[in-house]
Amino acid sequence: MPTRLTINGKPATVSAAPDTPLLWILRDELTMTGTKFGCGMGLCGACTVLANGEPIRSCSTALADVAGKKITTIEGLSPDGSHPLQKAWIAENVPQCGYCQAGQIMSAAALLMKNRKPSDADIDEAMNGNLCRCGTYQRIRRAIHRAADQSPSEVQS
Amino acid sequence: MNIIKLDRRSFVKLASVAGAGLVLGVAVPLANGKKKDAGPAAEHPLGAFVVVDTDGLVTVYVSRSDMGQGVRTSLPMIVAEELDADWKRVRIRQADLGKQFGRQGTGGSGSIRTMWKPLRTAGATARAMLVGAAAAKWGVEAKEIAVAKGVVTHGAHKATYGELAEEAAKLAVPKDVALKEPAKFTIIGKKADRLDTPDLVVGRSQYGIDVKVPGMLYAVVARSPVFDGTVTKFDATKAKQVPGVREVIKIDSIGTDLPWAGVGVVADSTWAAMKGRDALEITWDGGRAQTETTDALRTRMDELITSGSAKKTHEAGDVDAALASAARRHEARYEVPYLAHACMEPMNATASVTSDGVEIWSPTQFPDWIGGAAAKATGVAPEKVKVHVTLLGGGFGRRANPDFGLEAVMLSKAVGKPVHVQWTREDDMQHDFYRPPSVHRMSGGLDANGNLTAWHHRMSSPSIDAYFGENDPTGSEIGGIDDLRHLIPAFRLEYAHAQSSVPRGWWRSVENSGNAFVVHSFLDELAREAGRDPIEFRLAMLPAGKVVVPAEERQKDYPFSADRLRKVIEVARDKSGWTSRPPAGRARGFAAWWSFLSYAAEVVEVSMEDGRPRVHRVVAAIDCGTPVNPDGIAAQVEGGIVYGLTAALDGEITIDGGKVAQSNFHDYPLLRISEMPVVEVHIIPSTAPPTGTGEPGLPPLAPAVANAVFALTGKRLRSLPLRA
Repeated sequence: MPTRLTINGKPATVSAAPDTPLLWILRDELTMTGTKFGCGMGLCGACTVLANGEPIRSCSTALADVAGKKITTIEGLSPDGSHPLQKAWIAENVPQCGYCQAGQIMSAAALLMKNRKPSDADIDEAMNGNLCRCGTYQRIRRAIHRAADQSPSEVQS
Repeated sequence: MNIIKLDRRSFVKLASVAGAGLVLGVAVPLANGKKKDAGPAAEHPLGAFVVVDTDGLVTVYVSRSDMGQGVRTSLPMIVAEELDADWKRVRIRQADLGKQFGRQGTGGSGSIRTMWKPLRTAGATARAMLVGAAAAKWGVEAKEIAVAKGVVTHGAHKATYGELAEEAAKLAVPKDVALKEPAKFTIIGKKADRLDTPDLVVGRSQYGIDVKVPGMLYAVVARSPVFDGTVTKFDATKAKQVPGVREVIKIDSIGTDLPWAGVGVVADSTWAAMKGRDALEITWDGGRAQTETTDALRTRMDELITSGSAKKTHEAGDVDAALASAARRHEARYEVPYLAHACMEPMNATASVTSDGVEIWSPTQFPDWIGGAAAKATGVAPEKVKVHVTLLGGGFGRRANPDFGLEAVMLSKAVGKPVHVQWTREDDMQHDFYRPPSVHRMSGGLDANGNLTAWHHRMSSPSIDAYFGENDPTGSEIGGIDDLRHLIPAFRLEYAHAQSSVPRGWWRSVENSGNAFVVHSFLDELAREAGRDPIEFRLAMLPAGKVVVPAEERQKDYPFSADRLRKVIEVARDKSGWTSRPPAGRARGFAAWWSFLSYAAEVVEVSMEDGRPRVHRVVAAIDCGTPVNPDGIAAQVEGGIVYGLTAALDGEITIDGGKVAQSNFHDYPLLRISEMPVVEVHIIPSTAPPTGTGEPGLPPLAPAVANAVFALTGKRLRSLPLRA
């Protein structure tokens, strides 16, 4: 039975079984590979996407649980890579291998939607579920502060 | 080294690039290296490519894998510098496996070091030919011509590289072109933004896991949980009832190239393959490893050391006499555990085996190794094996091995379709090539003035080199300890290889990761026995002007310099405020290490929170010769520190019943942002040839933390991870 959801503002109908994790629907069925597989247990955050604006771990969220919801992935964060976080990530040269960074950026986007001026402690709390094996955390903190200094409308875009 | 001009036709054949212009190949010197640098790549006169198109675009072929070090930015910088190119008009192509690129293995913090001279020469040669074309066109002297950002000028004459490329390609290749004086560098030594980041932040970058080939199927493999185990029998009935599952295929192990026997489930999607694997019923033959435990291995290593089985590898002076006559003697036993790499991108690869040959898309550090192994495993001629290198979601040494690529090859061969094999985190954690554990016993001697006069070191580990069948097990194990013979009057190192069924491999900084902890913790102990400041004690071991030329021919240009080590120690000391009182409740610790021909020193500031060390600040200094991309160097040192801190605080793989006990990030935790210290990286200005940065920042971290814990609590922690 097909399931309907909205991905990056566009309606999508997918055929996978309802117990299939959203991650594999994005990656295999829709070939939207920006969202990454890291642990399969919601322990590393590499698969983070937004569901109605809330960060979720798509590796351990069944399709049935997001039916009808608005999903935002890294591909849909901005039309052209111009989200303040994307610009800040470039300016601070945050990524090393880059594999975890889509998840990092999506968690950071959720944080900035709720908290316009996060402190280091706020950032640590919001981002603690996102692992980075390359050790880019210091630059992630810097990039979030840099993005937070942009205008609210840009962050909400 | 030679620069070779390629005619358009042969270049197109080699690199599939259309258009006219100047095309140069560089004969890369072929390192005569250890196993980790080796591979089946044959010698070939052509190496890296530099292409200047008629529209002025400069293309640099990157023949090293990027797993986060940023070589896809820093290697082109080297070409662009000598070429006087417009950096904004430089683009990169990831080189497929090709004999024309020489050795392509990425490891040993060697990409910049080994490509430095060839790429500079390539850039300078291309510049000379473009300038030569302008000189001929204008009837002026080449030496009077100026170039800036790809624009060539002489008086009123002006031309772009694009306008000159076709004429330049007709000229003879000049020999022995002059390279720039470092003072004239405008790109090297300046911060460059990573070329890959814009794609990355919109989810467009392609890692191995993202490869989609028409008609591709997805596979996961059930591997023997016990190392050395084999498949006795399996029942695929239930697995095949899972919707989407196509085929179930037995995979045999192939020596150390593919140590895991298993059963592969091939399906229409990754999720179907995973569910199919859950439904498999497999009977394993447990193999020889079934009785192996971490405790038994530790006991074996201790016995090997204390029973006199360890064999002498290095000696200076008479250590027995020196210890006997020492005013003070001090002894200690240290150990470090097995460690997993835990790259964020779990292992994976895609392969297509057809009657035409083998094609592989792999996030690999060693396209040469997987290419050769695939040819051997399939019986296909090596020239019919294509390997495309994708981005790597972490590597750290794990992606040297060809095992995951071979699984894709064997499954594609069996089903006759392209197959993407995907590992889960559990697969990745439990089927790694692990950093070996080791046990060390040291005796140190001090004279009446508190000077270090003797060091007797006995060590045992399951050797990496022995795992891969090398005759000498020490090559991968004793690095950094052996160097002490140059700095201590009486020294002896003895080593014993301990048998283990657990696969071993090259983990970021290899043996330096454990040896630095052992050596620099014990040095701290000796300094305190002598009643001396640990940094002052360490500096006293470095005679001014002392230089040690490495035995290995290829490293002769990179002698160890006591002065350079002294300098990084002094910078870390001074920038950290070592002599000032630390904030309340904190203490500082220090360590320094020379590895991968670079010098690193770190001072950390630590407090204790519920018995767990908390690192607040790390001040690092690195001398890696000429800094190419300083921001990239800082990032690599930051990364090495975090990788080292994870190992210091939590890293431990244990073996029970021949299996790895840990499976995912809940029981093999990685450092999270909430424990991230403030890291400052100070890069020593230098015009020496550049050396490694990916690994050298890691070794000093753990001993610096352990030494700080001692300074704070009086408790000496002699094993990793640090548990107070």
